[in-house]
Amino acid sequence: MVFLEFEKPLESLYEQLDKIKQVGQEGDLDVGPMISELETKIQKKKKEIYGSLTGWQKVQLSRHPERPYTLYYIRHICDLFIELHGDRNFRDDKAIVGGLAKIDGQRLVILGHQKGVNTKMRQYRNFGMANPEGYRKSLRLMKLAEKFGMPVVCLIDTPGAYPGIEAEERGQAEAIARNLFEMAQLETPIICYVIGEGASGGAIGIGVGDAVYMFENTWYSVISPESCSSILWRSWDFKEQAAEALKLTADHMHEFGLVDGIVKEPLGGAHSDREGMAATLKKHIKQMIRELKKIPTDELIENRINKYRHMGKFREIVTSVEE
Amino acid sequence: MGWFKRLKEGIQTATKHKKEVPEGLWFKCDECKETSTMKELKECFYMCPKCGFHCRIGSHDYFEILFDNGWSEMFEELQSFDFLGFTDLKQYDQRLQDAYTKSNVSEAITVAQGKLNNKSLVVAAMDFSFIGGSMGSVVGEKIALSIEHCLTKKIPLLIISKSGGARMMESAFSLMQLAKTAALLTKLAKSKIPYLSLLTDPTTGGVTASFAMLGDVNFAEPKALIGFAGPRVIKETIKQDLPEGFQTSEFLLEHGFLDFIVPRDKLKERIDNLLEIF
Repeated sequence: MVFLEFEKPLESLYEQLDKIKQVGQEGDLDVGPMISELETKIQKKKKEIYGSLTGWQKVQLSRHPERPYTLYYIRHICDLFIELHGDRNFRDDKAIVGGLAKIDGQRLVILGHQKGVNTKMRQYRNFGMANPEGYRKSLRLMKLAEKFGMPVVCLIDTPGAYPGIEAEERGQAEAIARNLFEMAQLETPIICYVIGEGASGGAIGIGVGDAVYMFENTWYSVISPESCSSILWRSWDFKEQAAEALKLTADHMHEFGLVDGIVKEPLGGAHSDREGMAATLKKHIKQMIRELKKIPTDELIENRINKYRHMGKFREIVTSVEE
Repeated sequence: MGWFKRLKEGIQTATKHKKEVPEGLWFKCDECKETSTMKELKECFYMCPKCGFHCRIGSHDYFEILFDNGWSEMFEELQSFDFLGFTDLKQYDQRLQDAYTKSNVSEAITVAQGKLNNKSLVVAAMDFSFIGGSMGSVVGEKIALSIEHCLTKKIPLLIISKSGGARMMESAFSLMQLAKTAALLTKLAKSKIPYLSLLTDPTTGGVTASFAMLGDVNFAEPKALIGFAGPRVIKETIKQDLPEGFQTSEFLLEHGFLDFIVPRDKLKERIDNLLEIF
C-alpha cells in the first residue's frame, strides 16, 4: 500500500493490524477482539481524514499511483471490448485508448485517457498527455458511434494535452477545438466521467457531453495547481493555495453547475476498492444510457448546447443614458 | 583573447536609439529599431513604415480600419466580477480595477456592428491590454451573444483573436467558455452564416483551442505568435531550444492550419473579397 502524506496516521494503524494478525497466526492467543477494535479505529480515522480533504489533498488522491485508469475500468465493466487504433492520419496515440464495447447487451463506444502503471508504461502512455492524433482518434470513434447509433462514454484522466513541438506542428489547438465543435452536435448521447485529473483543454477535448460526472476525489480546472502557482505566484511553491483558489474539486464543480453530478468513491479513494469502484461506474453508465436514450436526438443536442450556453458568471451594469 | 575588449572606441549607439521617446509623437519599431512619427505609423495601419512590422493594436483600431464610417458597439453592459474570491498575489477584483485604469476598454473583447464596403458585418475583437486578452465568462458570453445576433440578423461574423488563453482567475468557468463558444458556432454553421477567424499576435491557449481555429476561413496577420501551449511551457517540457520561426503565422500556414496570411493594409480588401464570395 502507498500512503500519501496526509494518510500517514493510517499507516501506523495498518502496521499494528498486520502485527496483531501475525501474532494471531503464530500463537494461540485470541486476537479477534483486538483486530476488530483496530479495524473500528481505522474506519474512524479514515472517515476523519477523507471527510475533510483539502483541494490539494484531493489532487494528490486523483494522482494516487494505485488509482485505476481507463483500461482497468473498461476491462472490468465491459463484457466485450475491441480496441480500435489510430486517427487515420498520422499514428496511434497511446495516451488515449478507445474502442467498441458491450455492457450487459448495450453496445457503445468507450474511450479515455490512459496513464501507465509503471515507469516504462508511463512513458509509453506519455503520462496520459495526448497529442493531436489522440483527439482525432477520439473523434473518429465518436463519429463511428454516431453512425451506428451507439452512445459514447469518455473517461477523462489527464494532466493536460501534451505541450511539445510536434504537437504544435500537428495542430494541438485545432484538434481540441474540432472535438468541442463536433461533440456539441454529435447525434448520439455522450456521457463523460472525470476519473482522475481533469486538466484544461486536454480534458475538455473529450469532455463535452449530455451528462458530465466527476468522481468524488478528482479535479477539473483550467490549469493544474502547479502551473497556476508558477504563473500567478511566480513560484512552484504555492500549489496548495492555487488548488484552493481554483476551487477545482468535484463538490465545487457540482455546486457551480459546471458538471452534472458526483460519483461516490469508496472511503479512502477509488484505489482502496478498485472492483467496487468499477461496479459503481458500470451501474452509473447503464443508468445514464437508459435515461439519455429516451430523449429524441434533436432535443438531446439542443439541451447539450443550451447547457454550455449558460455556463459563465458576469454582472450586467446599467449603461448611462446618452444625452 | 580579450573578448571583452572594445572593438571600436567611443559611443556607437545612434542618438535616436538611446532615449525612450514620449508616447504620442514618435514611434520606434521593436523589430527594426527605426523611428517614424506616430502619424506615419497610423497612416500605415500601425505597421512599421520602414519594415512592415505589425504593432499590436486594440479593438477600436480594428474597427476603424475595417468599418466604412462608424459602428455601433454591442453588449457593453457585461462586466466581469470576482465570483470565486480568487486571490493570488493580487485579488482578481484588483486586477480588474487595474485593467479598467490601464486599458481603454471594459473587457478583453469588444463587439461592434458596422458596414465594410457597404456589407454588414459583426466584428468581435479582443484586446491584449485587458488582462492579456484572457477569456473569462464575459468574453465567452459576448461571443455567444454575437453569434446569436448574427443568427437572427443573418450577418457574417468576424472574430479577431488576440489572447494569452483562458482567464485563470475564473478557473473552470473560463475553461467551459471553450465548449460554450464552440457549441454556439455549430448553430452558425448549421445556418450557413460565414464565420471568419483572424488570428493576431498573440493567440494562444484556450482561445486557439476553441473559436479561433474554427473559422470557415482561418487567417492571420504576418509573424503573429499562434499556438496551443506557450513557447516557455514547451521549452520547459522538452528542455530544448525551439526552432526558429516556431509558432508563427508562417509556421501555421506551412503546417496547414491557416488559409492565408494577410498584412493589415490589405485586411479590409481581403475580407471584402471573402464576403463577396460567401
